[in-house]
Amino acid sequence: MKKNVFWNWLWIIISLVYFFIPLYATFNFSLKARKGELSLLAYQQMMEDPRILRSLIFSTQIGLLTILLGLLLMVPTVYWVRLKAPRLRPVIEFISLLPFVIPAIVLVFGLIRTYSGGLFPLTNTYTGTNFLLIAGYVVIGLPYLYRSVDAGMSAIDVITLTEAAQSLGASWTTIMFRVIIPNLRSAMLGAAFLTLAIVLGEFTVATFLVGLKAFGPVIWQVGQNRAYEASALVIISFIITWVLMGLINYVGRRGAADGSIAAGPR
Amino acid sequence: MSNNVHTVASGGNRPKPLSPRKSPPSFAWVGLLPFLVFVVLFLFLPSLSLFIGGFQDPKGNFTLENIRGLFTPFILNAYWVTIKISFATAVMGGIVGFFLAYALVAGGVPHWVRSSLMTFCGVASNFAGVPLAQAFIFTLGRVGLLTIFLREVLNIDLYAQGFTLYSFWGLSVTYLYFQLPLMVLIITPPIEGLRREWREAAENLGATPSQYWWHVGIPVLMPSLLGSMILLFGNAFGAYATALSLTGGLINLVTILIGSQIKGDVLHNPNLGYALAFGMVVVMAVVMSIYYALRRRSEYWLKQ
Repeated sequence: MKKNVFWNWLWIIISLVYFFIPLYATFNFSLKARKGELSLLAYQQMMEDPRILRSLIFSTQIGLLTILLGLLLMVPTVYWVRLKAPRLRPVIEFISLLPFVIPAIVLVFGLIRTYSGGLFPLTNTYTGTNFLLIAGYVVIGLPYLYRSVDAGMSAIDVITLTEAAQSLGASWTTIMFRVIIPNLRSAMLGAAFLTLAIVLGEFTVATFLVGLKAFGPVIWQVGQNRAYEASALVIISFIITWVLMGLINYVGRRGAADGSIAAGPR
Repeated sequence: MSNNVHTVASGGNRPKPLSPRKSPPSFAWVGLLPFLVFVVLFLFLPSLSLFIGGFQDPKGNFTLENIRGLFTPFILNAYWVTIKISFATAVMGGIVGFFLAYALVAGGVPHWVRSSLMTFCGVASNFAGVPLAQAFIFTLGRVGLLTIFLREVLNIDLYAQGFTLYSFWGLSVTYLYFQLPLMVLIITPPIEGLRREWREAAENLGATPSQYWWHVGIPVLMPSLLGSMILLFGNAFGAYATALSLTGGLINLVTILIGSQIKGDVLHNPNLGYALAFGMVVVMAVVMSIYYALRRRSEYWLKQ
């Protein structure tokens, strides 16, 4: 048994070293913007770079709208399926998992081809393009959204709750907002943070639709010519990911925690 | 890209339909319309447009020329390199991830080590794309910290020995940073599902540890192991941002090629680009089908 413990520790230490070195190297680099001493100059420069704050705000807004649209779409759908059309449940689940099969680069290619002309030329206007971006993110987040909301719904007895509310004379809006949604809070929050984690640093879809307006492409741009600022940005985006994952774990019952295995486009 | 072998799709207690009402059941799908319309508009139509485009010539006539075009050396090579790198990182990430997950589950390790490493895996599997590529440039790039450390202190000059971060192996080392943690996350539940009684029963019957693993542990875990690795394969197969910002587009991956095609029709044939993109969907569809088939098999042993 002693020998096993040794091997266990060996794997753990190797992995820890591998995980740690790139973070350390980046952090170390980010402190060296001023020659010959350690300083936070890179972080200061990063804060003063207007592109960064502007794009971070833009991506956060897109993220919030993605969450809103995603939940508006998924919560009533999953609720309806459980209540009225349980036989369609495998169909909805299958459709929700389909985005796994479509790499982000292929999705954005298809979106551009479909919506840069034809009946709905969405890419002709800023609003249209932003909407297309949000729709693309909802598609990418669909498997996680579905799983979170579905897990949340299976934790409560939707049918009994609905019937109880109905027999007390509640309207559909009352049932939705005062019975179902409060019970889904942690699942919805988990889905929300996960969506935000996917959207904030997303590069592939953003770069082809809105370019340097979004945070991901800006990180890339900064990395092309300003190494110190870039290293500070890497550390910041690692911290953002960490915080969002922490929040997911914090609000997470099973549904949300399962979702944290998810990851956005690479 | 994700999954969790342990979520038994929560289909166990399927709710019973409401007691029969007057409203005919045929209207049940109406409530699904918003969802279906959205999915048709932003998932099916875009995919369909690529699919159809792949079978058209520039004038819109039906042709198989683009499909034939996929089997030219340049494009085959792009697929081959993408498959190779996805395979290599899936196997490496899969094996190391399994041992790491096993080490964390098997015990002999303080609880806080286990829980903090698991949390870290959740973060690292989501930390990908541009920032990840840049972190590795600061580490293993030409003037990266580790490169310089190895050269100055240990006298190993990586770049003189032919290594570069901007190559196949460089990309693999970088991909592992999200592949390995993802493997840990998805293989941990199946490992935890190995029941203690099986091991005890084997030991009572006089089995050595290697006999236990060979006849019980590995056969039970095999579908999960293969399934997880296939998921890792798909995970790397669609990667674009990491590869682009690491190599600047110099490596011939399918995703990179599609990216250049969107930017500037590098193939000089838009329809070939559509076929190329849809080809990725076909590969991914095969991969995910195998994954779900294997997952069903692994659930056979692991469900309570």
